[in-house]
Amino acid sequence: MAWFSRNKENISPDTQKKELPDGQWEKCPDCGEIIHKKQLGNNLWTCIKCNYHFRIGSAEYINILLDEGSFKELDKKMRSADPLEFTDTKKYSERIQATIKKLGLNDAVRTGTGKINNMDVAFGCMDFKFIGGSMGSVVGEKLARLIDKAVKNKIPLIIISQSGGARMMEGAFSLMQMAKTSARLTRLHEAKIPYISVLTDPTTGGTTASYAMLGDIHIAEPRALIGFAGPRVIKQTIGKDLPEGFQRSEFLLEHGFVDIVSHRKELKNNIYNVLSLMS
Amino acid sequence: MAKAILEFEKPIAELEAKLNEMRQYSGSLNIEKEIFTIENKVRLLKEELYKGLTRWQRVQLARHPDRPFTLDYIYEMTNNFVELHGDRQVKDDKAIVGGFAQIDDYKVMIIGHQKGRDTKTNVYRNFGMANPEGYRKALRLMKLAEKFDKPVITLIDTPGAFPGLEAEERGQAEAIARNLFEMSKLRVPIIVVIIGEGASGGALGLGVGDRILMLENCWYSVISPESCSSILWRSWDFKEQAAEALKLTAPDLLEQKLIDRIVPEPFGGAHKDHKEAAGLLKEVILEELALLVKIKPDKLIDQRIDKFGRMGAFEE
Repeated sequence: MAWFSRNKENISPDTQKKELPDGQWEKCPDCGEIIHKKQLGNNLWTCIKCNYHFRIGSAEYINILLDEGSFKELDKKMRSADPLEFTDTKKYSERIQATIKKLGLNDAVRTGTGKINNMDVAFGCMDFKFIGGSMGSVVGEKLARLIDKAVKNKIPLIIISQSGGARMMEGAFSLMQMAKTSARLTRLHEAKIPYISVLTDPTTGGTTASYAMLGDIHIAEPRALIGFAGPRVIKQTIGKDLPEGFQRSEFLLEHGFVDIVSHRKELKNNIYNVLSLMS
Repeated sequence: MAKAILEFEKPIAELEAKLNEMRQYSGSLNIEKEIFTIENKVRLLKEELYKGLTRWQRVQLARHPDRPFTLDYIYEMTNNFVELHGDRQVKDDKAIVGGFAQIDDYKVMIIGHQKGRDTKTNVYRNFGMANPEGYRKALRLMKLAEKFDKPVITLIDTPGAFPGLEAEERGQAEAIARNLFEMSKLRVPIIVVIIGEGASGGALGLGVGDRILMLENCWYSVISPESCSSILWRSWDFKEQAAEALKLTAPDLLEQKLIDRIVPEPFGGAHKDHKEAAGLLKEVILEELALLVKIKPDKLIDQRIDKFGRMGAFEE
């Protein structure tokens, strides 16, 4: 018998682990509250107890923000062409195929036109679950075309970002999407058309360092991670623990890089209000 | 100054050292013929090596500690350089330098990342990793160039934007994004040259322009081979594979139509001869300037936005 083996349980966890019965329940990662999925959906995927904002995708944001049935999708079929024939532990082309099949999404952003309280808008929303919401050629091109649409139709632009940054598997092509989207936004700017950038958890890397930080107005969801470098990299670089709340929405508000931190329930209203005041 | 020798350059360096030794004795001993044979061998070996450089070897050349940096190019290529300092908001970032200068008959604004050559200067230059104020200084200088109708030349050589606590507080992402935006609509010609390392957003923050040039032995991509290896292979040991997979060299980027032109380097790399390297770059810059200064600002900007608009690969 080993010296260290314990013959009696001296230490027990403070709280008993709550088991989730079936697929109908979600546990809040922040406060541990167990919430029924239906209730969570009714609460726009925010915790009923602590207001934690669960990560949701484009389908949910379209439902939450746009008038029912008003979304008309653009460039729905666009897919990555794997320009580098990239392979790491897996072929990129296969990774793309598998992700498309699994999620029913063709890439990490969906774009289109829609209405917010009857106001026409150009609307783009990213999906973090598609390879970390990474920006490759498809994301760049779809957003660039969305910006063109906003300029042509003279309608405000709204982009919901959630992305780990530029997509590694498209190398320099991904990097250039930052320049492509930012360059295109200058045309929107010259046309004096409003652009609202909504930052959700997480928005980091090349996405933050391009269109996500170029809005006329920046609205962030509470406690979303927003930054350029990821917290792990910064921690390694400076060799210190990061302060509480670092790179969270409230931190960016405090440092002057976000205009409004908005609860998801207020998001539609906030966007509509600000657009009405600018038009 | 001690010359740094890369791992793959060693066989040649050793042979060259032997040759020098032999030359010293060639007076007393009759070995002229042997010397001639070895000289030929070294030459062939070199030609073969530098023709068939792997991507990882080029990455190493791009980081060569003896390579010319921004200020070396500025001093070799231009006259009357006046270095300007500070972003007028926070401080003067030493990782990015810039100022007015004259390159032949052209008065220009020249800006670039600046690395250090030893530990002390590297700490001073923060290894060429800029903070937000570096990008904001660069933007301030570009706006100055626009005001006085002077072309802008940017030299890119950075292992990345600095991932620090204060950098995030002061909006590293916003600073880079703002540069992409403002450079897209700057009303004077911009020539971008990758002279060493072009790592991700930190490089692109000075990288939007009308002509994108890249020196022969450089790399430019969305991530360094090491970081790519650590994320995708979950280990630091796959940097060679990552370099191959990322297709990040000048010939690669030319083929991908992401750059316009490759600038030749002296045989064996820019570090072999700073003067020659700068001369070769100056020649190309002068050619490009002559074409760009003729284009009207509105057209220039339209072409610039469309140029980046064409970058990408997708299926519909």
